[in-house]
Amino acid sequence: MLVKKIIKTLLISILSLFFTVNSFSLEPKDFVQQTVDKAAKALDQNLSQDLKISKLKIIALKTVDIKGIGFYSLGKYRKNISDQKKEEYLEIFTKYFLKTFASRLAQYSDPKIIVKSQKKLNDKYTMVSSVLIATEDKPEVKINWRVVTKDPENPLIIDLIIEGVSLAKVQKEEFSSIIKSNDGDINALFKNLEEFVEKE
Amino acid sequence: MSRIFKVLILSLFLATSSMAGSDGQNELSKDANGGVKDCFETVNRGIFAFNQAIDGLIFEPLAKGYLYLPSPIRTGTSNFVGNLSTLLTIPNNVLQGDLGIAGKNTLRFIVNSTVGIVGLFDPATAIGLNSYEKEDFGQTLGSWGVGEGCYVVLPVLGPSTARDALGSLGNYMGGDAWYNVTVRNDTHYFSDFDYYASKGAGGVDFRAKNFDDINNLEENSIDFYASVKSLYLQDRRKRILNARGATQTQDDSDWEEIE
Repeated sequence: MLVKKIIKTLLISILSLFFTVNSFSLEPKDFVQQTVDKAAKALDQNLSQDLKISKLKIIALKTVDIKGIGFYSLGKYRKNISDQKKEEYLEIFTKYFLKTFASRLAQYSDPKIIVKSQKKLNDKYTMVSSVLIATEDKPEVKINWRVVTKDPENPLIIDLIIEGVSLAKVQKEEFSSIIKSNDGDINALFKNLEEFVEKE
Repeated sequence: MSRIFKVLILSLFLATSSMAGSDGQNELSKDANGGVKDCFETVNRGIFAFNQAIDGLIFEPLAKGYLYLPSPIRTGTSNFVGNLSTLLTIPNNVLQGDLGIAGKNTLRFIVNSTVGIVGLFDPATAIGLNSYEKEDFGQTLGSWGVGEGCYVVLPVLGPSTARDALGSLGNYMGGDAWYNVTVRNDTHYFSDFDYYASKGAGGVDFRAKNFDDINNLEENSIDFYASVKSLYLQDRRKRILNARGATQTQDDSDWEEIE
């Protein structure tokens, strides 16, 4: 009798745990809509520029695969560096990314982005399509979001494709240009990133 | 003008060399990653710096002033230069085999030039002749399978490729009706000034529309030259493919190895 009761309790616990986990699973397009709504709220509020930037940084840390973007941006050069160098790079890249991300977004006030659809590319990535609604001065802009869906409970944004232009690719080619023009020396990129982060 | 033609002739040479091979993509014009090769990077960077100086001295201040003009004036200017660009788009629609779009754009031009008072207004969009996409001879060559050739930066005109610069020659060899009636032929109705003024207005309008974006990109780039190059090449690729969705322009193999 007691054994039956224990088994029943265990089964209920396992089932409720299963449903709880699933209830946190988020469709990539809902995740992107929630993220842009949060960012719009941070930009819409009557806040100082510094406060807007710090709010945007918090949103980025929770919703963007900064490590993934960092390694993608290194391109072929990531294969030839030690684990210690990789850690060093990720640390400086995170600071660089958050600075540029927040600074680029902070110029917008109350952007209206509507998520339209999503397309699963493979087990790792889903592409979410959205539009930035036209204003009096600017036409409608198509924005696509590459979302990492390896862990469906924790989707993360890894690239923004604005009117067909991938921002991650722009960054990758920028980093590659710096490394190439310094005879393949990756330390030149680190130096540039550090200088940028320290710049007022 | 002669300087522009010299650059274009040089580009013609470069583009011709890039057309060797079965698919129009000469391996010599590709870099180690299969991207477009920057054959004259040092010269290009020099011209890029020159263009930045011209932008800082002329285009940026003009665009800043232009942004203070009332919105209807800016919209009218934008409509006017956009309407003139249709004259270049139509023959390229035909050359790319898009006859339906060529017909639609011709109708668009007629409606906007008449009812829209020389293109200052855009009644064509209101009656459903919308979704206008600019086309040029560089895009036409691209759609025929001609590779980009080397990346080049043209004085004042900005980023280009050997193929796109060669395509621009088409404008000056009878392909652009607006150039024909202003500069090429003495029609007594228009002068050279009309052509260059419209091009200048188009440049200022473009700079004003992208004022914050360009300044922000420059401020947040650690190599602005490389960023502009990547933006230009990706944008051209998308235009040539006439891609509507992002998945058509993206190379997924790039992402597969990220762990």
